[in-house]
Amino acid sequence: MKHLLLAAKTDISESLRSRWFMVYTLVFGGLIVALFMSGLTESRVMGFSGLSRVLVTYLQITMAILPVFVLITTVRSVAGDREAGVFEYMLSLPVSLFAWFWGKMLGRFVVVFLPVALAMFVAVGWGIAKGIEIPWTQVIYYTGFLLSLAGCFLGIGMLISTLARTSDVATGIAFIVWLGLLLFMDLILLGMLIRQGMPSETVIAVALFNPMQVFRTAAMMLFDPQLVLLGQSAYVILDNFGKTGYILWALFYPIGLGTLCAWIGYQVFKRSDLP
Amino acid sequence: MGICFSQVSKQFRRVRVLNKIDLDIDHGDRIALVGSNGAGKTTLIRCLLGEYNFQGKITVDGLEPGANRTEVLKHIGFVPQLSPPLKMPVGQLIKFAAGVCESKPERMVEICSQLGLDIKQIRHRPFNKLSGGQKQKLLISIALGRDTNLLVLDEPAANLDPEARHTFFQLLAEKQQHTAMIISSHRLDEVAALVNRVVELDQGDIVLNDHVADQINLNSVLACRLRLNRSSSAFAETIREWGFVDSEDGKVWQGEIAGPDRLRFLGVLSRYAALLKGIHLDENEEEGQADVKAHTA
Repeated sequence: MKHLLLAAKTDISESLRSRWFMVYTLVFGGLIVALFMSGLTESRVMGFSGLSRVLVTYLQITMAILPVFVLITTVRSVAGDREAGVFEYMLSLPVSLFAWFWGKMLGRFVVVFLPVALAMFVAVGWGIAKGIEIPWTQVIYYTGFLLSLAGCFLGIGMLISTLARTSDVATGIAFIVWLGLLLFMDLILLGMLIRQGMPSETVIAVALFNPMQVFRTAAMMLFDPQLVLLGQSAYVILDNFGKTGYILWALFYPIGLGTLCAWIGYQVFKRSDLP
Repeated sequence: MGICFSQVSKQFRRVRVLNKIDLDIDHGDRIALVGSNGAGKTTLIRCLLGEYNFQGKITVDGLEPGANRTEVLKHIGFVPQLSPPLKMPVGQLIKFAAGVCESKPERMVEICSQLGLDIKQIRHRPFNKLSGGQKQKLLISIALGRDTNLLVLDEPAANLDPEARHTFFQLLAEKQQHTAMIISSHRLDEVAALVNRVVELDQGDIVLNDHVADQINLNSVLACRLRLNRSSSAFAETIREWGFVDSEDGKVWQGEIAGPDRLRFLGVLSRYAALLKGIHLDENEEEGQADVKAHTA
């Protein structure tokens, strides 16, 4: 455990010094500020108002940005270290591969999750300061969804990173994965599938197994139980799944998928040539 | 520490890099692992460190490095030829290494200081921003600042100045009683004075495995006096790097060199053979060995 924490700490420090982290933090911090400045809290659209509207918008934008940020930065972690020749030395030290890999994962998780969560908490803090009613249940669920989404893409990133031999290939694969998942959402491909008369089971399966869609649907569900905003695909999902079941799925499926991917990545990592 | 390589082979796609290597390393062995580029030295070391999968078997005190990584690596200090491009600050690297090696950062810092590296000044500097010599000194300090039974050193003294090399040899001398060493190099003359056994690899095969005379005291120092037939600024620049001082308008130079550095030193002098009128080397005994004198006129 000591070695795992040391590896995590090392990865956190390394990330905090990197440029991508600065950009990443600025993007999410700036996003919240932009949402406040745009006057969203004053508007009322589709029944959302005040902080709820800010959070819904923030989550929807986060859904698009967070995965690609996490993927692109994580895939460079194992592949980049291997390529740069870091492994030859660092893994000659008596640190177990388990501690090294999972420590890296833990450190990276802290680094990718904190700015996103902090930005949301800033919004909540601002709401408290302004005397706006805080939707605490939603805030807690949203934090859970974000945590799960971050864990999911971190795991996928670690898997890609161990499979690819160079960081360029890893980055390319990560981008394709992100684009694929983005396309298979209700906004684009899923809507088309339904319009083309695909069997509802196929549509549901795609929606249920796409972590970005799961996040999006669950985030909307908390404020819009009828899922008016999501269109017909959401009705199919709700009819077959139910609200509570779907929220539980949204909390545990993405992080479960991420953990599974990371575990497969770890198996590949420890069985392959390290440097 | 007993290390046993048994029928170790390693292949990268279609290229066979190690070919059924059999090698035993005993306690007290100081091995020069030599060979040209692509001979398989680095691959052999990486197999020993459990970093590569391979065919055959390697055991370190009966344990396989792949299956017992931490247990085996706990006793192995490693200095790579190429420093890793780590961005972490020096202080953090020392803390990390000491933490995983169950050593104390102070021990590593102490060795740094003996090698002439002031950690206080570079504690917050990223490792990859250090000079080649500083990186080398730090990696040596991390390897020597912990309890090890085996040191694996890949061209360890290549980037060190003569003074730091002398200290380094002394540190190795302190360790030699209870630590086996594998010192890898392209050239035998670079490491000949440090070892008592030579293993030469060529295209994945061991082509030489022999014990050599072990008469050089790692602690020894040679007082040296050089006479030139004329002064030379190029020579002066080179010899000052060895800490020599001149008299008689640059025609006579005096200084000290570390005993194990004598071959390297003579190699440097050979570049200025036409200038040399006299060389006098006199070994100062620290541990009571015979005098060595070399005279050329």
